[in-house]
Amino acid sequence: MDEKEKYEKLKHIVKIYLPDDVSIGDVNLNSNFTTELNINSANLVDIVLDVEDEFDIRLENEDMDGMQTVKDALAIIDKKQNEKA
Amino acid sequence: MKTDYEYILRQLPYSEPFLFVDTLENVNDEGVVGHYTFAGDADFYRGHFKDLPVTPGVLLTECCAQIGVVCLGIHLLKEKLSKALKIGLSSAEMQYLKPVYPGEQVRVESEKVYFRFQKLKCKVKLFDTKGDLICSGTISGMFKVDGDEK
Repeated sequence: MDEKEKYEKLKHIVKIYLPDDVSIGDVNLNSNFTTELNINSANLVDIVLDVEDEFDIRLENEDMDGMQTVKDALAIIDKKQNEKA
Repeated sequence: MKTDYEYILRQLPYSEPFLFVDTLENVNDEGVVGHYTFAGDADFYRGHFKDLPVTPGVLLTECCAQIGVVCLGIHLLKEKLSKALKIGLSSAEMQYLKPVYPGEQVRVESEKVYFRFQKLKCKVKLFDTKGDLICSGTISGMFKVDGDEK
């Protein structure tokens, strides 16, 4: 799976949890999940659980803490997949 | 045999007139069963409805949340629980099938969907004493224990 594909898959997940006033077009690599995309902490948990299923990885509390932006999420996915490989 | 779930009831952050848990029948890592009786003289029956007292749906949801989510959360957090537990409802999606009248006892059954990253999501069902389903749905709450970073 290349980076572009991962990014698209992640965006597909994020889209489900965006509030009504934020569109998927507003999402970019630097988007902050909570402060810019207005995703609350409860929905961020659901994003993480969907990411785990989609990419077949498991995140810990510290990963969640470090997941501020879309770019952070992609980095964590890469790291977890590399650990498994 | 009756197990003592008193430690859970003691930790509940509610009191009259907004405590909707009487007893817990069973608690384990996967779910909870508990009871509550809506007192026939509760104040809200004067206004809901003016001429026909019926338990408000939001209070049935609250009862499901207190027994099904908060009591289960306290059980799951057990030893991590110090003094201050901060909780918040994060989502509730419910369906209501039958009314609950003043003085009726209800039984709540809750089943854990997941408890991760401080979010506890549960499937809940509320029954009357005949065993008829009154309402059901999915409720999630966030649990923050004092001392946690976030």
